[in-house]
Amino acid sequence: MSSQLTKNAPKPEHTETSTAEHLRGGPLFSPRVDIWETKDELVLCADMPGVTAKNLDIQFENRELRIHGKVSPRQENINFLYGEYGIGDFYRTFQIGEAIDAEKISAELKDGVMTLHLPKTEAVKPRRIMVKSS
Amino acid sequence: MFTRWQPFGDVRAEINRLQNEMQQLFGRTGNGAREFAGTSYPLLNMWEDENNYFVEAELPGFHLDDLEMYVTGENQLSIKGKRQQPELDQATWHRQERGYGSFARLVELPGFVDSNRVSAAFSDGVLTIKMPKKEEAKPRRIEVKTG
Repeated sequence: MSSQLTKNAPKPEHTETSTAEHLRGGPLFSPRVDIWETKDELVLCADMPGVTAKNLDIQFENRELRIHGKVSPRQENINFLYGEYGIGDFYRTFQIGEAIDAEKISAELKDGVMTLHLPKTEAVKPRRIMVKSS
Repeated sequence: MFTRWQPFGDVRAEINRLQNEMQQLFGRTGNGAREFAGTSYPLLNMWEDENNYFVEAELPGFHLDDLEMYVTGENQLSIKGKRQQPELDQATWHRQERGYGSFARLVELPGFVDSNRVSAAFSDGVLTIKMPKKEEAKPRRIEVKTG
Protein backbone atom coordinates (compact mmCIF):
# COMPACT_ATOMS: atom_id res chain seq x y z
CA MET A 1 0.00 0.00 0.00
CA SER A 2 1.56 3.25 -1.02
CA SER A 3 0.24 6.74 -1.08
CA GLN A 4 0.76 9.15 -3.88
CA LEU A 5 0.55 12.86 -3.59
CA THR A 6 1.07 14.81 -6.72
CA LYS A 7 1.50 18.50 -6.55
CA ASN A 8 0.01 20.70 -9.20
CA ALA A 9 1.58 24.10 -9.36
CA PRO A 10 -1.08 26.79 -9.48
CA LYS A 11 -1.78 28.04 -12.95
CA PRO A 12 -4.08 31.03 -12.95
CA GLU A 13 -4.52 30.87 -16.71
CA HIS A 14 -5.11 27.16 -16.61
CA THR A 15 -8.65 26.02 -17.35
CA GLU A 16 -10.20 22.77 -16.33
CA THR A 17 -13.68 21.60 -17.08
CA SER A 18 -14.50 20.45 -13.60
CA THR A 19 -12.69 23.15 -11.68
CA ALA A 20 -13.84 26.60 -10.83
CA GLU A 21 -11.67 29.03 -12.65
CA HIS A 22 -9.84 31.80 -10.99
CA LEU A 23 -11.64 34.95 -12.01
CA ARG A 24 -10.46 37.40 -9.42
CA GLY A 25 -7.49 39.52 -10.33
CA GLY A 26 -4.28 39.52 -8.42
CA PRO A 27 -1.57 36.98 -7.84
CA LEU A 28 -2.10 33.42 -6.72
CA PHE A 29 0.36 31.81 -4.35
CA SER A 30 1.02 28.20 -3.65
CA PRO A 31 1.01 27.70 0.12
CA ARG A 32 3.86 25.75 1.69
CA VAL A 33 2.65 22.52 3.19
CA ASP A 34 3.71 19.74 5.49
CA ILE A 35 1.99 16.42 4.89
CA TRP A 36 2.37 13.35 7.00
CA GLU A 37 0.66 10.06 7.26
CA THR A 38 -0.20 8.03 10.31
CA LYS A 39 -1.91 4.66 10.34
CA ASP A 40 -5.33 6.32 10.57
CA GLU A 41 -5.06 9.48 8.53
CA LEU A 42 -3.22 11.90 6.34
CA VAL A 43 -2.57 15.28 7.89
CA LEU A 44 -1.91 18.36 5.81
CA CYS A 45 -0.65 21.59 7.35
CA ALA A 46 -0.54 24.70 5.16
CA ASP A 47 0.78 28.18 5.84
CA MET A 48 -1.94 30.56 4.74
CA PRO A 49 -1.35 33.88 6.49
CA GLY A 50 -4.23 36.32 6.27
CA VAL A 51 -6.81 33.65 5.48
CA THR A 52 -9.86 33.45 7.74
CA ALA A 53 -12.17 30.44 8.10
CA LYS A 54 -14.86 32.31 6.18
CA ASN A 55 -12.54 32.76 3.19
CA LEU A 56 -11.17 29.26 3.07
CA ASP A 57 -12.64 26.82 0.58
CA ILE A 58 -11.62 23.17 0.67
CA GLN A 59 -13.01 20.61 -1.73
CA PHE A 60 -12.36 16.95 -2.08
CA GLU A 61 -13.70 15.26 -5.17
CA ASN A 62 -12.55 12.28 -7.21
CA ARG A 63 -9.42 12.00 -5.11
CA GLU A 64 -8.54 15.59 -5.85
CA LEU A 65 -8.07 17.89 -2.91
CA ARG A 66 -8.43 21.57 -3.71
CA ILE A 67 -7.52 24.29 -1.25
CA HIS A 68 -8.33 27.90 -1.94
CA GLY A 69 -7.84 30.66 0.62
CA LYS A 70 -8.99 34.08 -0.43
CA VAL A 71 -6.96 37.01 0.80
CA SER A 72 -8.21 40.52 0.26
CA PRO A 73 -5.75 43.38 0.00
CA ARG A 74 -4.96 44.56 3.49
CA GLN A 75 -3.88 48.04 2.53
CA GLU A 76 -5.03 50.23 -0.24
CA ASN A 77 -3.98 53.63 -1.48
CA ILE A 78 -0.95 53.78 0.69
CA ASN A 79 2.65 54.84 0.34
CA PHE A 80 4.78 51.72 0.25
CA LEU A 81 8.34 52.38 1.34
CA TYR A 82 9.30 48.90 0.32
CA GLY A 83 7.60 45.67 -0.44
CA GLU A 84 9.17 42.24 -0.24
CA TYR A 85 6.12 40.10 -0.73
CA GLY A 86 2.87 40.26 -2.60
CA ILE A 87 -0.55 39.62 -1.18
CA GLY A 88 -2.96 37.33 -2.94
CA ASP A 89 -4.97 34.17 -2.75
CA PHE A 90 -3.50 30.82 -1.80
CA TYR A 91 -4.36 27.93 -4.06
CA ARG A 92 -3.10 24.39 -4.39
CA THR A 93 -4.42 21.03 -5.46
CA PHE A 94 -3.30 17.52 -4.62
CA GLN A 95 -4.10 14.11 -5.99
CA ILE A 96 -4.59 11.80 -3.07
CA GLY A 97 -3.79 8.21 -3.91
CA GLU A 98 -4.91 6.90 -0.57
CA ALA A 99 -8.57 5.98 -0.04
CA ILE A 100 -9.99 8.76 2.11
CA ASP A 101 -13.24 8.79 4.00
CA ALA A 102 -14.56 12.05 2.53
CA GLU A 103 -17.35 12.31 5.09
CA LYS A 104 -14.90 12.54 7.95
CA ILE A 105 -12.50 15.14 6.57
CA SER A 106 -12.08 17.96 9.03
CA ALA A 107 -10.11 21.19 8.98
CA GLU A 108 -9.10 23.83 11.43
CA LEU A 109 -7.48 27.19 10.93
CA LYS A 110 -5.39 28.87 13.57
CA ASP A 111 -3.02 31.81 13.31
CA GLY A 112 -2.84 31.50 9.55
CA VAL A 113 -2.10 27.77 9.55
CA MET A 114 -4.64 25.32 8.21
CA THR A 115 -4.59 21.76 9.52
CA LEU A 116 -6.55 19.29 7.48
CA HIS A 117 -7.28 15.77 8.68
CA LEU A 118 -8.01 13.20 5.99
CA PRO A 119 -9.02 9.96 7.70
CA LYS A 120 -8.39 6.77 5.77
CA THR A 121 -11.26 4.50 4.98
CA GLU A 122 -11.51 1.41 7.14
CA ALA A 123 -10.57 -0.82 4.23
CA VAL A 124 -7.08 0.60 3.79
CA LYS A 125 -6.08 0.80 7.44
CA PRO A 126 -3.41 -1.68 8.35
CA ARG A 127 -4.96 -4.53 10.17
CA ARG A 128 -3.35 -6.99 12.44
CA ILE A 129 -4.22 -10.51 11.51
CA MET A 130 -4.86 -12.66 14.44
CA VAL A 131 -3.38 -16.07 14.19
CA LYS A 132 -5.31 -18.68 15.96
CA SER A 133 -3.55 -21.60 17.38
CA SER A 134 -5.31 -24.81 16.77
CA MET B 1 -13.13 46.15 -12.27
CA PHE B 2 -11.56 45.35 -8.99
CA THR B 3 -7.82 45.76 -9.13
CA ARG B 4 -5.26 45.11 -6.48
CA TRP B 5 -2.38 47.29 -5.63
CA GLN B 6 0.86 45.41 -5.45
CA PRO B 7 4.07 46.79 -4.05
CA PHE B 8 6.39 47.17 -7.03
CA GLY B 9 4.15 45.06 -9.19
CA ASP B 10 3.34 41.40 -9.19
CA VAL B 11 6.50 40.34 -10.97
CA ARG B 12 8.80 41.80 -8.37
CA ALA B 13 6.83 40.27 -5.53
CA GLU B 14 6.79 36.90 -7.27
CA ILE B 15 10.53 37.06 -7.82
CA ASN B 16 11.07 37.86 -4.17
CA ARG B 17 8.98 34.91 -3.12
CA LEU B 18 10.77 32.70 -5.59
CA GLN B 19 14.19 33.86 -4.43
CA ASN B 20 13.27 33.17 -0.89
CA GLU B 21 12.05 29.72 -1.82
CA MET B 22 15.29 29.04 -3.66
CA GLN B 23 17.31 30.17 -0.70
CA GLN B 24 15.26 27.96 1.49
CA LEU B 25 15.91 25.01 -0.80
CA PHE B 26 19.64 25.53 -0.81
CA GLY B 27 19.75 26.33 2.86
CA ARG B 28 18.03 23.09 3.65
CA THR B 29 19.50 21.22 6.53
CA GLY B 30 20.29 17.58 6.97
CA ASN B 31 17.03 16.40 8.42
CA GLY B 32 15.03 17.71 5.49
CA ALA B 33 13.30 20.45 7.45
CA ARG B 34 13.86 23.98 6.37
CA GLU B 35 15.27 26.44 8.76
CA PHE B 36 14.89 30.17 8.67
CA ALA B 37 18.62 30.81 8.95
CA GLY B 38 20.37 32.10 5.87
CA THR B 39 17.37 33.85 4.43
CA SER B 40 15.70 37.15 4.98
CA TYR B 41 12.91 35.98 7.12
CA PRO B 42 10.30 37.15 7.53
CA LEU B 43 9.70 39.13 4.38
CA LEU B 44 8.51 42.61 5.22
CA ASN B 45 6.32 45.23 3.65
CA MET B 46 6.72 48.76 4.92
CA TRP B 47 4.59 51.79 4.38
CA GLU B 48 3.88 55.11 6.00
CA ASP B 49 1.20 57.65 6.53
CA GLU B 50 1.61 61.17 7.78
CA ASN B 51 2.13 60.15 11.42
CA ASN B 52 3.30 56.54 11.42
CA TYR B 53 5.50 53.94 9.85
CA PHE B 54 3.97 50.50 9.44
CA VAL B 55 5.73 47.18 9.02
CA GLU B 56 3.87 44.02 8.11
CA ALA B 57 5.12 40.45 8.13
CA GLU B 58 3.50 37.09 7.46
CA LEU B 59 4.21 34.82 10.41
CA PRO B 60 1.77 31.92 10.22
CA GLY B 61 1.80 29.55 13.16
CA PHE B 62 3.58 31.97 15.46
CA HIS B 63 2.12 33.31 18.67
CA LEU B 64 2.71 36.76 20.07
CA ASP B 65 4.54 35.09 22.97
CA ASP B 66 7.05 33.63 20.51
CA LEU B 67 7.84 37.02 19.01
CA GLU B 68 10.14 39.70 20.34
CA MET B 69 10.13 43.15 18.86
CA TYR B 70 12.40 46.02 19.75
CA VAL B 71 12.98 49.49 18.47
CA THR B 72 16.55 50.49 19.13
CA GLY B 73 18.36 53.73 18.42
CA GLU B 74 14.93 55.14 17.51
CA ASN B 75 15.27 54.02 13.92
CA GLN B 76 15.98 50.30 13.97
CA LEU B 77 13.37 47.65 14.29
CA SER B 78 14.33 44.15 15.29
CA ILE B 79 12.00 41.16 15.15
CA LYS B 80 12.88 37.79 16.60
CA GLY B 81 10.82 34.67 16.79
CA LYS B 82 10.66 30.94 16.88
CA ARG B 83 8.39 28.30 15.40
CA GLN B 84 8.30 24.76 16.63
CA GLN B 85 8.24 21.79 14.34
CA PRO B 86 5.43 19.34 15.02
CA GLU B 87 6.75 16.22 16.67
CA LEU B 88 5.56 13.17 14.90
CA ASP B 89 5.26 9.79 16.39
CA GLN B 90 4.75 6.79 14.15
CA ALA B 91 4.18 8.90 11.07
CA THR B 92 5.66 9.19 7.60
CA TRP B 93 6.45 12.51 5.95
CA HIS B 94 5.13 13.12 2.45
CA ARG B 95 5.93 16.82 2.21
CA GLN B 96 8.02 19.04 4.40
CA GLU B 97 8.09 22.53 3.02
CA ARG B 98 7.31 24.75 5.97
CA GLY B 99 10.19 26.35 7.82
CA TYR B 100 10.98 25.91 11.47
CA GLY B 101 13.39 27.26 13.96
CA SER B 102 14.46 30.73 15.02
CA PHE B 103 14.81 33.88 13.03
CA ALA B 104 16.02 37.39 13.73
CA ARG B 105 15.75 40.33 11.45
CA LEU B 106 16.89 43.90 11.87
CA VAL B 107 15.69 46.67 9.59
CA GLU B 108 16.47 50.32 9.49
CA LEU B 109 13.53 52.67 9.46
CA PRO B 110 13.51 55.69 7.18
CA GLY B 111 13.06 58.07 10.12
CA PHE B 112 12.97 58.33 13.88
CA VAL B 113 10.06 56.84 15.80
CA ASP B 114 8.74 57.19 19.31
CA SER B 115 9.76 53.82 20.71
CA ASN B 116 7.46 54.16 23.73
CA ARG B 117 4.36 54.28 21.59
CA VAL B 118 5.07 51.40 19.22
CA SER B 119 2.20 48.95 19.01
CA ALA B 120 1.72 45.61 17.31
CA ALA B 121 -1.31 43.63 16.18
CA PHE B 122 -1.29 39.98 15.20
CA SER B 123 -4.18 38.28 13.49
CA ASP B 124 -4.46 35.22 11.25
CA GLY B 125 -0.69 34.94 11.13
CA VAL B 126 -0.13 38.51 9.96
CA LEU B 127 1.87 40.83 12.17
CA THR B 128 1.44 44.58 11.80
CA ILE B 129 3.67 46.95 13.73
CA LYS B 130 2.72 50.59 14.01
CA MET B 131 5.45 53.06 14.91
CA PRO B 132 4.51 56.69 15.48
CA LYS B 133 6.94 59.08 13.83
CA LYS B 134 8.85 61.56 15.90
CA GLU B 135 8.03 65.16 15.16
CA GLU B 136 11.22 65.66 13.16
CA ALA B 137 10.38 62.76 10.83
CA LYS B 138 7.00 64.16 9.88
CA PRO B 139 6.62 66.05 6.65
CA ARG B 140 6.55 69.76 7.20
CA ARG B 141 4.88 72.24 5.03
CA ILE B 142 7.13 75.12 4.24
CA GLU B 143 5.37 78.39 4.05
CA VAL B 144 6.54 80.58 1.28
CA LYS B 145 6.14 84.20 2.08
CA THR B 146 5.52 86.57 -0.64
CA GLY B 147 7.49 89.69 -0.15
